[in-house]
Amino acid sequence: MSGFISVRNVYFKYDENENGAEQGFALNGVDLEIKKGEFAAVVGHNGSGKSTLAKHFNSIYLPTTGDVIVDGMNTKDDDSLFDIRKKVGLVLQNPDNQIVAGIVEEDVAFGCENLGVPPKEIRKRVDEALKAVDMYEYRRHSPDKLSGGQKQRIAIAGILAMEPECIVLDEPTAMLDPRGREEVIDAVTKLNKERGMTVILITHYMEEAVLADRVIMIDSGKVFLDGTPREVFSKVELLKQHRLDVPQAAELNYKLRSCGLDLPECVLDENECAEALMKLLGSR
Amino acid sequence: MVRDVTLGQFMPGQSVVHKLDARTKLILLIAIIVFIFAATNYMSLLLITLASLLVVLLTRISFKMYLKSMKVILMVVLFTGIINLFYGSGEVLWEWQFIKITEGGINNAVFVTIRIATLVIISSVLTFTTSPSDLTDGLERLMKPLTVFHVKVHEIAMMMTIALRFIPVLLEETDKIMNAQKARGADMESGGIIKRVKALIPVLIPLFVSSFRRANDLAMAMECRCYNGGRGRTRMKVLRFSLNDLWALIYVLIIFAGVILCNIYFPATIR
Repeated sequence: MSGFISVRNVYFKYDENENGAEQGFALNGVDLEIKKGEFAAVVGHNGSGKSTLAKHFNSIYLPTTGDVIVDGMNTKDDDSLFDIRKKVGLVLQNPDNQIVAGIVEEDVAFGCENLGVPPKEIRKRVDEALKAVDMYEYRRHSPDKLSGGQKQRIAIAGILAMEPECIVLDEPTAMLDPRGREEVIDAVTKLNKERGMTVILITHYMEEAVLADRVIMIDSGKVFLDGTPREVFSKVELLKQHRLDVPQAAELNYKLRSCGLDLPECVLDENECAEALMKLLGSR
Repeated sequence: MVRDVTLGQFMPGQSVVHKLDARTKLILLIAIIVFIFAATNYMSLLLITLASLLVVLLTRISFKMYLKSMKVILMVVLFTGIINLFYGSGEVLWEWQFIKITEGGINNAVFVTIRIATLVIISSVLTFTTSPSDLTDGLERLMKPLTVFHVKVHEIAMMMTIALRFIPVLLEETDKIMNAQKARGADMESGGIIKRVKALIPVLIPLFVSSFRRANDLAMAMECRCYNGGRGRTRMKVLRFSLNDLWALIYVLIIFAGVILCNIYFPATIR
């Protein structure tokens, strides 16, 4: 049986008239299966096609060839468009440009209002969604007065209120300061761990990718690595070839290891790294 | 600098005026504007100005905010006042070639200035105390009958919501671009009016380009949230008339009666 979202041999090309010049394919034959409840991170450098891929999950872009199937529905099928968007919510990069209304709670309600949910039910869902991202006390504020991280969490709440089964975040932290980044990532991990929501996080921060259950590395519109963070970040050589970084701790571990020290194949964060080093020093 | 603009901004609060139905506020505002122009002498104008100031007090928003919103259109107010100074008849007080200042002219100028000031303050009450979405929601509902004539009421309301939402965003961006251009040596503070207007072009072009980019992003975000026009849409907040709306109506009717009485019993100062 296939997963919740399956991407089958997808090629995608932007319209040529956008820049005038002939462009290559942004996606070059992507095959992916995303399971329900999974927390997957899609990582790649700028122009690797990761954002383009994100917009395929809820039918914003349609594959030039190939298919994207969401819970049995093809994104090319016009009739299931709204059902797909109800199941898969997409949060975009710029928090300012995705907030529609001038009051936090009214913006969160926007999606529900579009779906025709009865007013009392909307109220309930909006309150729940705002509590889930710890923004309930700001519900009557104007979004202009909030920080980037807070705005992005409101955008997430706006998607949550529609009660999707999967949430796709397209570089939600790219325009935020470190503190805002942490707030957003905490909110997202909480959603996955506590509510079992399927999360697909598009990012170029390796430190964020480490938190996922699964890391999908993408370059030139193709998946070249797919596995648990431990599997993926142990292949330092391959990542460097694709001009990608590894988390600092993993890099240090890799360098020491290649000097001949007896260290584990991969460490993901500072704690693990410190532990491994302590063990090594203790055994001497 | 541009961030000081308060005209048309919403200030959240819990006052009586905040809690009125948006439709009530809209209709009553239109009524009061009509009264302001119907007032023909100082007594009735004073009545309506005082009545407006009472409403301002009820909003529990500091008067400073209202003054700030006045500041923006101060030039317009002064200009209209000064122009009016030269019109009017009556005893000539001062004369120079073809320019005459008459008693009637001074009366006109003072009268019109108070009129416009009141107009701005009472309009600010509406925008300060009504959230943009309540406001557009109220408008949408009031204009609903127009759908019969194929007026796209929902679309107009949505455009207004978005425009209001992006005013502060674009103001902030203007500030940023201005600073960026200043850092590159652009001179925006010296020279005559034509030179200054020309200096604005390098600010307006990037602003324009980025607005289109924003519009594109916003359209995508709205699509992601299943926006499909006004059909089948529900609203979280249901507008409902309450007892307060009735009191507001009575209040405005009293002003109306007062203005009519003053107009009848006192001689008109303005024609």
